[in-house]
Amino acid sequence: MRLFGAAVGVVALAASAFAGEIPRVDRRSGYDFMSRETRAMQDDDTANPGLLWVLDGGALWNRKTGAAGRACADCHGDARASMKGVAARHPLFDAARGRPVSLEQRINLCRTDRQQAPPLAWESRELLALTAYVARQSRGLPIEIAIDQRAQPFLDAGRATWERRQGQLNLACRQCHDANWGRQLAGSVIPQAHPTGYPLYRLEWQSLGSLQRRLRNCLVGMRADPYEYGAPELVDLELFLMWRARGMTIEAPAVRP
Amino acid sequence: MVANALVNVPAQARPGEIIEIKTLISHAMETGYRRTQLGALIPRDIVRQFVCAYNGTEVFRAELHPAIAANPFIAFSTIATESGTLTFHWTGDNGFSVTESAAIVVG
Repeated sequence: MRLFGAAVGVVALAASAFAGEIPRVDRRSGYDFMSRETRAMQDDDTANPGLLWVLDGGALWNRKTGAAGRACADCHGDARASMKGVAARHPLFDAARGRPVSLEQRINLCRTDRQQAPPLAWESRELLALTAYVARQSRGLPIEIAIDQRAQPFLDAGRATWERRQGQLNLACRQCHDANWGRQLAGSVIPQAHPTGYPLYRLEWQSLGSLQRRLRNCLVGMRADPYEYGAPELVDLELFLMWRARGMTIEAPAVRP
Repeated sequence: MVANALVNVPAQARPGEIIEIKTLISHAMETGYRRTQLGALIPRDIVRQFVCAYNGTEVFRAELHPAIAANPFIAFSTIATESGTLTFHWTGDNGFSVTESAAIVVG
């Protein structure tokens, strides 16, 4: 009987190795794949352009807006205390919506429900600024994604998207980021796709951008039809990626090449 | 939204010490060479000039051009001579003008 148990264990291990999931000790942030210069840029708060958005976000946090005439600070107070760790827990299951919501969606829900203001457009300066400001308060904290029974189906859906081949190139996310990380794709090193620094400043964009912008980039690269901003597929994929990076340190706003 | 600038000047220095100054300004640096999907030229909108003055004396000046990336980062060094204020002034297209200052104690 014990022998049988051991055999099952070996089979299970072989199956997980075949799936190519990265062991926890081998997980590395995109930061570790960057050049010394780009790392220095991220680490220096006066050289990291993401801090410009954080400054903007701090101003927006205290500005009254919407029909309710309320600022974020009127309910949440000092973001340095109240928003600590919030970005490390999103996407988070929202009971009222019956599904996980990303940090950007949470901010917009607050705007529409509490401030009675129109939602901010995806990738608008304002939404990126507020997201960066909130995410900055979690810098240095570990990602904590708690999966309960309600969130489990969405995590599974995210994993399915990760594993599904898509687009004209017929690629799945995991073929690059689980099976071939550290190798070259043209001139760039393939990272492990841990979303530790979003929203982040990408030198290629010359701007701050959300995780969904990055995911849509990847989908276009695979020649797949990218999901719309805020689409359930993208939020589920975000949830899966954050869960996959659980325990890793938040670097927001990060810098990437 | 109001343009933001970040400056990093050491708060204290010894007389004669070479100090590094780092500045970052929020700006799109639209080159004037790009076109919209309909073929219309997007007008140029860049920062043209950056000047740093130390207690009113100009110590550094830079001219910026369309090939410079968005959110220009300018780092340079000067010699700490006396306590006072460093002022930073960026000017550019469409009346762009931002002034920032930082204090330094020398002694």
